[in-house]
Amino acid sequence: MNDQPIIEAVDLCIDYRLNKRWLNAIQSVSLTINPLEIHGLVGESGSGKSTLALALMRYLAPNARIPQGRILFEGEDLIPKTTAEMREIWGSQINLVPQDALASLNPAYRIGEQIAEITRLHKGLSKPEAWDRAVEMLRRVRIADPEAVARRHPHQLSGGMQQRVTIAMALSTQPRLLILDEPTTSLDVTTEAVILDLFRDLIRDNEAAALYVSHDLGVVAQLCDRVTVMYGGEVMASTPVIEMYQRPLHPYTISLLASLPRPTEGAETRLPTIDGVAPSLAERPHGCVFAPRCPVALDKCFDEKPPLEHIRDSAGTSRLIKCHRWREIDDGTLAIATTPVQAEASAPPGQHYVLKARDLDITFEKPKLWDRITRKQKKAVHAVDDVSLSIRARSTLGLVGESGSGKTSLARIIVGLYTADDGEIELLDLPLSLDLHERSREALSELQMVFQNPNDALNPYRTVGNALARTINRLVTTDMSQAAIQRRVYELLNLVRLTPQYATRYPAELSGGEKQRVAIARAFAANPALVIADEPTSALDVSVQSVILNLLKDLRAQEGASYLFISHNLSAVSYLADWIIVMYLGHIVEEGTQEQVYNVPSHPYTEALLSAIPNPDPTVEQGEIRLDGEVPSARRIPSGCRFHTRCPRKIGAICEDETPPWRDAGDEHFIRCHIPIEELIALQQTKPDAQPQPVAQAED
Amino acid sequence: MTSANVSYDVPVQPSALTQIRRTLFTTLRKLSRRPLSLVGLVIVLVFIFLAIFGPNIAPYRFDELIRGATRQPPSELYLFGTDRLGRDVFSRVLWGAREIIALPAIATALSVLFGATIGLFAGYFGGWIDEVISRFLDGLLAIPALVLALVMLGTIGPSSFGIVVVIVILYTPIVARVIRSATLNMRALGFIEAAKLRSESTAYILFREILPGVLPALVVESALRFSYAIFLTASLGFLGLGVQPPSPDWGRMVNEARETFAQTPWELWAPAAAIALLVIGVNLLSDGLRSIFRYEGQLV
Repeated sequence: MNDQPIIEAVDLCIDYRLNKRWLNAIQSVSLTINPLEIHGLVGESGSGKSTLALALMRYLAPNARIPQGRILFEGEDLIPKTTAEMREIWGSQINLVPQDALASLNPAYRIGEQIAEITRLHKGLSKPEAWDRAVEMLRRVRIADPEAVARRHPHQLSGGMQQRVTIAMALSTQPRLLILDEPTTSLDVTTEAVILDLFRDLIRDNEAAALYVSHDLGVVAQLCDRVTVMYGGEVMASTPVIEMYQRPLHPYTISLLASLPRPTEGAETRLPTIDGVAPSLAERPHGCVFAPRCPVALDKCFDEKPPLEHIRDSAGTSRLIKCHRWREIDDGTLAIATTPVQAEASAPPGQHYVLKARDLDITFEKPKLWDRITRKQKKAVHAVDDVSLSIRARSTLGLVGESGSGKTSLARIIVGLYTADDGEIELLDLPLSLDLHERSREALSELQMVFQNPNDALNPYRTVGNALARTINRLVTTDMSQAAIQRRVYELLNLVRLTPQYATRYPAELSGGEKQRVAIARAFAANPALVIADEPTSALDVSVQSVILNLLKDLRAQEGASYLFISHNLSAVSYLADWIIVMYLGHIVEEGTQEQVYNVPSHPYTEALLSAIPNPDPTVEQGEIRLDGEVPSARRIPSGCRFHTRCPRKIGAICEDETPPWRDAGDEHFIRCHIPIEELIALQQTKPDAQPQPVAQAED
Repeated sequence: MTSANVSYDVPVQPSALTQIRRTLFTTLRKLSRRPLSLVGLVIVLVFIFLAIFGPNIAPYRFDELIRGATRQPPSELYLFGTDRLGRDVFSRVLWGAREIIALPAIATALSVLFGATIGLFAGYFGGWIDEVISRFLDGLLAIPALVLALVMLGTIGPSSFGIVVVIVILYTPIVARVIRSATLNMRALGFIEAAKLRSESTAYILFREILPGVLPALVVESALRFSYAIFLTASLGFLGLGVQPPSPDWGRMVNEARETFAQTPWELWAPAAAIALLVIGVNLLSDGLRSIFRYEGQLV
């Protein structure tokens, strides 16, 4: 193997034409990927990482141009090539695994045909040869029964399976370089962990190099050899992965790493954050692009753009870095605060309960009269089954589970957006109707919700001030003077750290993080006792996520509210939650304090969820337990223990036949499992053998 | 955070009037940047002007018989010539502009009013309400336009009122379907659910939260319906089911001129060209509106 890099971008610039002006999107970027290397490309949205990744394939948007720079693919410059010449390379030597697998598969063709087409085109295989090769590729991405899957259409596969198919397609021509554009972003943690293992093995086996684009520093830490960090269209730093996590030299990298919530942190801390928002294309600073948000920026940083230097640090590691002050950081004379600071001391959780819910139950798509007349066997979706929970004053209850576990349905039952079929809710010791229309104004104002997607949480035709004022008007009082309402609007904006000027802005003028802050302000407008937050940070960038989490923590202390915090991100849950419940297929499988749930013993499902979290530290091995397959459909709930079909610790027929009992692990820590607590402890202290199994496709 | 230096009398929401004025202004400005849409806009404005002031401009009354000037070809004196009875064709076209614009406009406005309301209800409530409304609308849509018009106007007799009723029956379901599907996309959005959690009334949610969002689709659909309504009115006139003589009607003028086309082609050309020009103008305008809203997705 020679030492020539697979691909090398030299001093590459990319411009976009917007509103009749050329705007610079990528500014003098250099990037080298060596043979067999998995190179991580990290950045927030708008940093230009996807533009760069696609540009390396010389794939540009119609309104883009490359004013300068070279892209060398195995020593050959791609820029002067025609599109026809590039087509020879695309699909055979440089392949892309896209973010949205479903959108990139043609819905009209069978899976096998789509994979076969590539090898027929690029390798000149005959139809039957190509089909066999497609089946073989599906087997290699560990799909069980590849012959059957090859005959299916894309919509018949689950998200994880679709992503496997795109990987099979990308690898079928044995490319020299794979470009992976956030391929696991839309998947569940458990599925993501399985897919990442697969990437690691397949990329190694194929002796390919890969560029892995992601915003998730945890994933990058676990997968990549070298990481390039982008910000505002420029490379900030490029470092071997271990050094990047252990000795980051760029202030941006340092702050970004510090802002990640980690499961080990105590409850009384605040995350260090990066203030401000990433600059848009039109308003990038002419000095260092990161200077306006940099905690250690000097005047020089605002005036003069630092060069991208190829350096050798004091430990002898070769890096690329773009910062005026890296020498001071390297020799330790300049420190950037990275440890979580003490949070505003909040009053400890109260003894009384804000909310008690008993035996909540909801079923969707019940068989209708017509189905009964026609004797159509239609299975109902039992989304929430017999769930009880209670939340104490000034505390946070975390609710975790994969998609399809019923956690969102549960939240919507509590706020009243779904009417439960059965069950009881008590709010502040008063019975609360399950039907939203029967709830009093007081009850509505005590129970508020923050939605998952900040982009549709606010009406685009109303100003921020109007949205807040309307809520005050409806839920707090109807006889407040106009001036008093306005004062309260400014107070609320101040509460979420926005200036009063935001009152006259429309949602389209706000960033995602700002919209979510307004949504939080709206929830607090009614002085609620309980705020239900349904994945409030999942649609936000890493640096913004920490700001929102801190804000929620501060508001809990200031306003004395409780939270029901729903998330699939266990690190985020652990940062806020005092108590945690874990749901699987509409059932609670474990409940306890944060500490109890995150430590041994835990339910095998919780154990698997924890094991799947990609740790943002490459030296810490990721847990080894992998859940294969997807959550079964709630139309066909497995008998006995619902988790037995995927459980790595299944003990036998009893799991399939009998509903597991609640086992008390002490101090109100409950686990729903057939395995006795003592045995669970013993099992979980030793690691199980992890065997990658082919995945069977779920029926729905 | 210095909130002290910001005066408290900043209005948090501009008044509805300001918003409408702003929307209208930006829409006009964007239209004027597209040459074809601008042409459409000018044509429509000219026709609206004629509809209002046509009778004042016209040199003759629509039924005035000019002695000794039958079947005159177009000249300086008679711009579009005269017909077999010696009536000035130019004046008749001007007088006729009012009805060919006013009737479809009224009918379109009513269709949009009914259709949007029905569509909002069906789309927002969904379930069996949507099912019942949608099947009923499907039933209406299955009726062939001309058959309905012939039967209706044949029974109650041709009248302006009849024409409006026919158009409303035909176009309400079409508007309703467009608005229903636009509403369907919005009903599960966070801000609608937030409104439910503040116990807002259904009317408030429909008309204050959802309506602004479906307005672009509504505006485009209205323009399109208007152009079809003009066509239909002209067709009914041609079939003799339109506005009755002696008041001039472009469709009927075309029909009457058909028989003498060989001798006096101008008698046919003038009203036919007027119809075509008006429909083209409205279509260009609605095309322009559609592309503006397709790229913007919203009005503000």
